Amino acid sequence: MMELGINPVALFAGLVVAATPLLFAAIGELVVEKSGVLNLGVEGMMIMGAVTGFAVGVSTGDPGWGFVAAAGAGAALALVFGILTQFLLSNQVATGLALTLFGLGLAALIGQPYTGIRSPQMPSVFIPWLSDLPVLGRMFFRYDPVVYFGLFLALAVWFFLGRTRAGLILRAVGENHDAAHSLGYGVVRIRLAAIAFGGACAGVGGAYLSLARVPQWTEGMTAGAGWIALAIVVFSAWRPGRVVLGAWLFGGVTILQLNLQASGVAVPAYYLSMLPYLVTILVLVIISADRRRASLNAPASLGRPFHATG
Amino acid sequence: MTALLEVRGISKSYPGGVQANADVSFTVEPGEIHALLGENGAGKSTLVKIIYGLVHPDAGEMRLAGAPYHPQGPVDARRAGVTMVFQHFSLFEALTVAENISLGMEKPLRTSELASRIRKVSEDYGLALDPFRLVGDLSVGERQRVEIVRCLLQDPRLLIMDEPTSVLTPGEVAPLFATLRRLAAEGCAILYISHKLDEIRALCDRATVLRAGRVVASCTPRAETARSLAEMMIGERLVEPPDHRFEPGESRLSVRNLDLPADHPHGTTLSNITFDLRAGEVLGIAGIAGNGQEELFAVLSGERRTAPDTILIGRRPAGRLGPNARRRLGLLAAPEERLGHAAAPDLTLAENAFLAGRVRRGLDRHGFLRFGRIEAFARDIIRAFDVRTPGTDAKARALSGGNLQKFIIGREMLQEPSVLVVNQPTWGVDARAAAAIRRALRELAGRGAAVLVISQDLDELVEISDTLAVLAGGRLSPQRPAQALGAEEIGRMMGGGFASDRREPADAAS
Repeated sequence: MMELGINPVALFAGLVVAATPLLFAAIGELVVEKSGVLNLGVEGMMIMGAVTGFAVGVSTGDPGWGFVAAAGAGAALALVFGILTQFLLSNQVATGLALTLFGLGLAALIGQPYTGIRSPQMPSVFIPWLSDLPVLGRMFFRYDPVVYFGLFLALAVWFFLGRTRAGLILRAVGENHDAAHSLGYGVVRIRLAAIAFGGACAGVGGAYLSLARVPQWTEGMTAGAGWIALAIVVFSAWRPGRVVLGAWLFGGVTILQLNLQASGVAVPAYYLSMLPYLVTILVLVIISADRRRASLNAPASLGRPFHATG
Repeated sequence: MTALLEVRGISKSYPGGVQANADVSFTVEPGEIHALLGENGAGKSTLVKIIYGLVHPDAGEMRLAGAPYHPQGPVDARRAGVTMVFQHFSLFEALTVAENISLGMEKPLRTSELASRIRKVSEDYGLALDPFRLVGDLSVGERQRVEIVRCLLQDPRLLIMDEPTSVLTPGEVAPLFATLRRLAAEGCAILYISHKLDEIRALCDRATVLRAGRVVASCTPRAETARSLAEMMIGERLVEPPDHRFEPGESRLSVRNLDLPADHPHGTTLSNITFDLRAGEVLGIAGIAGNGQEELFAVLSGERRTAPDTILIGRRPAGRLGPNARRRLGLLAAPEERLGHAAAPDLTLAENAFLAGRVRRGLDRHGFLRFGRIEAFARDIIRAFDVRTPGTDAKARALSGGNLQKFIIGREMLQEPSVLVVNQPTWGVDARAAAAIRRALRELAGRGAAVLVISQDLDELVEISDTLAVLAGGRLSPQRPAQALGAEEIGRMMGGGFASDRREPADAAS
C-alpha cells in the first residue's frame, strides 16, 4: 500500500465524500420502492439536482440555497413521474426511463452557461478538540454538514420505516395496495409523497456532486450514479443500513481506483474505472444470495399499477 | 325496537351498463345473524361494499340504529361500528399479526398494549393468535382469525363476513360458528354472505336472497331445505347430476416419491408424493389453499422440473420435460389463476387458443400461424362449451370469470388429453357454469381420459371424484374411494391426520 502512495486515512475521508451522492439517491429510492413504486428516473433527478443546485449556488453565492433548490428540482421532476404513473396509470418502467433521458437533456440545456465556473466553497464542520484529533479527527469530524445530514437521513429513514405508524402504513401500501385501500388508506396520496421525497433526495445527491465533490458543472456528470443507487437499493434488500454499506463500498472502490490510476499501476485506466461498478454489484449480490430472505423484505406490490375499483 | 341497519332502495350500476344492485331493501336487527344469499354476480359483494363505504350507491338510503348512515369510506364505517372481514383477506404478508391489526384500527395503541389486547380477545373467543408472527407464515384459517380479531378490537355493532368459510377446513368451521354465535348473543349483528346453503341453514336467523341485483326473497333458512334455497337463488328448478360408474383402466400418470422444495418464502415443500391416476378415473385432491396445491400443479404441468423417474406419463419418464413436451405426451393442464396464468389477459381468445393448442392441434407450420385452423379451433371451443362472447377476437380480459373458465377448460378438453390436470376448475364461477364444467370433466373421464382435480370445494370433489386424496403440509394422503369418505374424515385428513394412518400397519407388525 505504502509503495503506491495511498494513505488509508485520506482514503476513508475520500470514500465518505464520494459515497454521499449515492447515499442520498439510494435512501430516497428505498422509501419510494417501499411504497410500491419503481422509479427508474433516479439518474435524471440527480442530474437535475446537480445543475439546479449549481446554478442557484453560484448565483446566490451560498451552497446551502443550492441544496434547497436541488431538492425542489428533484421533487418537481419526481412529481411529473408521480402524476403520470399514479393518476394517468402510465407504465412505471417506461416513465422512469423517459424521466432519466428527459432529465439528462434538460440539465445539459440549463447547464450551458455554467460550464467551467467554480462553485462557492462548502465550509467544513469544525468541532473544537474533536476535529483536531490526529487520525480520528480527519476520519470522522472534518466533513461538510451535508455528509452528516446524509447519515442522519439514513438513520431517520430506518427509524421511520421500522418504528413509526406512518412508516408502517407506507410499508403496508407497498406490500398490498388493494388491502391498504380497503382499509381506507390513500394509496395514491402516500405514494406521491414517497415519490416526492425520493426526488428531493436524488436532487440533493446530485447537487452534492456539483457543489462539493467535483465541484463544478459538467454535462452528464452523474455518470451512472443513479443506476448504481437503484442497484444498491435492490441488493441491500431494502435495508437502510445496508444501503449505507453499499454506498460506502462504491465510494471506497472509486477512490481506491483513482489513487491507483494516479500512482500509475500497469492496468489500463478503463478497467480501473469499471471496478467500482463491478465490485459493488458483486458484493451486494453475494450478500443477498439468499433469495428467500431477500424476497421477504421486498415490497410485494413493487411496480404494480394501482387503480381503485368499485 | 328500531332495526340496527336499514337499507332502503339502494341502486348501483357500473359503467358498461351492469346493474349490480337495483332497489335493494332489507333490515338487520341487533344481535341477528342475517344471511345474504345469491349466486356469483347477484350483487352481494357490491351491496356490502356500499354498507362498508367502499362503493357509493347511485340511489337509496341507509340508516344505522335510526340515524342516517352514509359512509364516505371504510374509516367512516368503522367509526360508526361497522366492520368487515373480506373474502380475499386484506392482510399484509410481510408484516406481523400486531402490525396488521394496528393498520385496521382507528385509534392505534402502543405495540405492547396492543399485543396484550390481541391475546386477551383471542383467548376470550377461542381464536389462538401470536401477535408477533408474520402473517405470511400463518395458515388460511389463522389469517382469518387475524381479520376477525381486528374487527373485534373495535367493538363492532355490525360485522360483515364475506364468504368466510370458503377457505376453511370443516374442522375450522365449527369454532368460527361458535365465535359468531357468541358475538351475536352479545348483541353484535352479523351480515353473513355465502352461497353454502347448509351453513346458512345451520347458522343464520334470517336470509335475504338476491338475484341479478334484486331482492327476490326473504326467508327463515331453518324452515327451508337446501334445495328450496338453491332454487330461490337461481330462479329455476335444479337438475340432479347423473350417477357415474367407475371402471379404472391402466395407469396414465404415475408419481413416485416426489420431493420438491418450496421456491419462495411462503411456499410449501412437497415431500414424498406418490399416486397413480388411471384411465377413466377422476382423482380429487382436497386440502386447504397453501398446502402445496400450487407446487403440485406446477410440477405436474411441467412449469417446475424434477427428477425424470418421479413422474411417468403413460410409461415415459417425464419429470424433466417442459409443458410442451408433456402436451405432446398427452398431459394437459389448466391452472387456477385464469388471467395471467391460464390465459394472457390482453390477447384474443383465438390467440389464447393458439398458445395452448399449438402442439397438439398443429396450429403453426414452419413458424407461421395457420389462421384458418386457429379460428376454427377457437370457434369449436366457444360452441362446444357455450362460451358467451362476441367472437374469437374478444380479449380474454373482457370475458366474465365463468365464461373464461369454460373457454380454458374447453380449450384443453378439445385437444383430447390422455391426462388432464385442473386446479380449482370452478373457483369464482357461477353455479350454472360450474355445473357445466363438472359435467364436462366427468364426460372426459367417461371417454377414457384420466382427470386430476385440485380443489378446495369439498362438495365439488365428492360430487365428481372417483378417488380422493388430501394434500396437507406438502404431503399427500393415500388415495381413497370418494364415496366411502365422510366430511368428518376428510376434515381430519386436511389437518394432517393421515400421517399416522400410514404408520399404523408398521406399528402393528412390530
